[in-house]
Amino acid sequence: MSTPGVMATQVPPEFTVEINERKCVRCKRCTTECGFEALTYSREYDAIVADDAKCVACHRCVTMCPKHAIRVTDNSLAYKANANFSDIHRKNILKQAETGGILLTAMGCDRDYPVLWDHILIDACQVTNPSIDPLREPMELRTYIGRKPDCLEFDPDSDPLKLKTELAPNLKLDVPVVFGGMSYGSVSYPVHKSLMLAAERCGTFMNTGEGGLHRDFYRHKDHVIVQCASGRFGVHEEYLNAGAAIEIKIGQGAKPGIGGHLPGEKVSEDVSKTRMIPAGTDALSPAPHHDIYSIEDLSQLIYALKEATRYRKPVGVKVAAVHNIAAICSGIVRAGADYISIDGFRGGTGAAPRVIRDNVGIPIELALAAVDDRLRQEGIRNQTSLICGGGIRQSSDVIKAIALGADAVMIGTSALVALGCRVCQKCNTGKCSWGIATQNPRLTARLDPEEGAQRLTNLLNAWSHETQEVLGALGVNAIESLRGSRERLRGVGLDEKTLEILGIKPAGR
Amino acid sequence: MTKIDATDMLYRDLNNRIHTLADRGEKHIELRNVCGQKFIGDALKGDVKIDIYGIPGNDLAAFMDGPEIEVHSNGQDGIGNTMNAGKVIVHGHAGDVIGYAMRGGKIFVRGDVGYRVGIHMKSYKDNVPYIVIGGCASNFFGEYMAGGVMVLLGINGDDSPIAGDYVGSGMHGGVMYIRGDIEDRYLGREVKKLELDAEDHRRLSELVREYCAHFGCDYDEIMAKKFIKLAPKSHRPYGNLYAH
Repeated sequence: MSTPGVMATQVPPEFTVEINERKCVRCKRCTTECGFEALTYSREYDAIVADDAKCVACHRCVTMCPKHAIRVTDNSLAYKANANFSDIHRKNILKQAETGGILLTAMGCDRDYPVLWDHILIDACQVTNPSIDPLREPMELRTYIGRKPDCLEFDPDSDPLKLKTELAPNLKLDVPVVFGGMSYGSVSYPVHKSLMLAAERCGTFMNTGEGGLHRDFYRHKDHVIVQCASGRFGVHEEYLNAGAAIEIKIGQGAKPGIGGHLPGEKVSEDVSKTRMIPAGTDALSPAPHHDIYSIEDLSQLIYALKEATRYRKPVGVKVAAVHNIAAICSGIVRAGADYISIDGFRGGTGAAPRVIRDNVGIPIELALAAVDDRLRQEGIRNQTSLICGGGIRQSSDVIKAIALGADAVMIGTSALVALGCRVCQKCNTGKCSWGIATQNPRLTARLDPEEGAQRLTNLLNAWSHETQEVLGALGVNAIESLRGSRERLRGVGLDEKTLEILGIKPAGR
Repeated sequence: MTKIDATDMLYRDLNNRIHTLADRGEKHIELRNVCGQKFIGDALKGDVKIDIYGIPGNDLAAFMDGPEIEVHSNGQDGIGNTMNAGKVIVHGHAGDVIGYAMRGGKIFVRGDVGYRVGIHMKSYKDNVPYIVIGGCASNFFGEYMAGGVMVLLGINGDDSPIAGDYVGSGMHGGVMYIRGDIEDRYLGREVKKLELDAEDHRRLSELVREYCAHFGCDYDEIMAKKFIKLAPKSHRPYGNLYAH
């Protein structure tokens, strides 16, 4: 296959940038704020000039313009209407005809597949059972992640009564939300620091993703889950023992079944130090772990990690939600995983081929219900905890997930949005104007970790209050009492089979 | 020196003993009657030396960071998995996926090895991993290799090829020295064949001398045969794969 030369593009700009000349004071701030170099100052015309083709609608300029003089709108170029060949299809074909390349994108799937959370409603108490006022009565959001014993044995002669059963190590979560794995490399240093500080303050955990843990952050280790993925970047004895838990990353919702690929442009000196690879080289994560071709092999890595940390930490496994997820998770539990993170197909990424992101995997709602069912049927649900993610946008999603059977949820995109992300889906370019998905020091300096931590803490606090309100309405005083309580959910606008898989009744029944 | 009889011992108990001894400062441990116990030397640190008699199980020296392990028989799969530093010497053959993602230290295998040896081996500054295989290797030797040095000697090989298919497939860093030649059809697309330069010869002779010292072989006899060098065509093999 020959590599095509560079062609002039026929793809029209996605957005139109308008600068209101009367409002604009020529402070030129927008020209430095834009990470994508879409705005320049023309001395000749004494005006800000926009290159629409470079605009990604990240709204950095719009937000920072002191005079609110900038507007970014959809470039509603009128293609002949066609319900089959949409504008998007036509533009994508043009891009590929011009480059011969795989379409690369970032963040979660943006197609309009049904979001089942939005078809599930929550119950509340009326008359026959009292609701609880969460502002004045105890309301427990604490939960524990890790293996629970099959039964508890006590020493009958001891006073006070002593537990004989040896308990497996568990993570204590003060709020049933963890920050999902996002690597240092795909996101910036201040993002990792913000997540870590917020996790510490909220009594929860951040996850390193597969790029290792920066030396500066070893002191926050009690609130860090360290990931071990196929590339094994920055994975060594000290790293494994630094985390509160270890997560083996098998898959990711945005790109099930394929590896990772951090482009050399994002492997800065500091990222290179953390990943322990030379700066500027591509960081390739193989599609599978090449020491895992079976459940038995997975078990071997789980126990290699448990041995490495002398059985002091929970070892979890992260998988993407795919068709046979229930059987896969059953195998993972039997392999010895203390928790499973299941990432639905709407989960985010720093870079993924569009064809995979938008077409591979299944929704987390169905995956979660199927896995929880299967593990219960097999009598092994207590042996593992379930953390689910992939499109958790609000506290009601958290509550519905827990009622469907999750122990906790993980958030990635929501956390980044709290930090300023506008979901423009250009993480892979490394030009993020908000200093989030970039390693350019000029851009990363924009994100203040202290403010970032505060924003994340505020978000989790707000979700906690909302969760408590709903629990109160449900007449439940602990989040653990809601887990798997599907009787408290009803479906609207769902077909019978979907309701059956979710294990919920239609509204009205 | 402390001796442990591993007869009928579960791996968890055996490794616990080893860790306890190493924590106490024991510098030399000898394991007798080892029979498939996994994870020996897993994440072990320091300068302890472990001699193994019998066959250790998978993931020997995984995540290891410093010690030396000498296996006086065959080894199994996953030796030196994500190893950081130290040395493993295997007097017999070894299995698949040796040195996966290894970042430092040395592995010497006297005999043959299985599939995907040296996969995704990588180096960073002073951390450079080395693998020297005395016999032949199976398919995907040095797959995804991102750094470090591998030597394949093919001693005692019959007329069959010294390595299987797809040598260095996806390789984007590091270097391999192969004694003899490999037909192009066995090579991955991302690899090119080169002549050794003076620096290569210096590195190679050092490793072969160390190999000979461990296994009592004749250095001159090994070096009498010509070597080829395999290196990646690009450090970014997939740089032009995408459209944005």
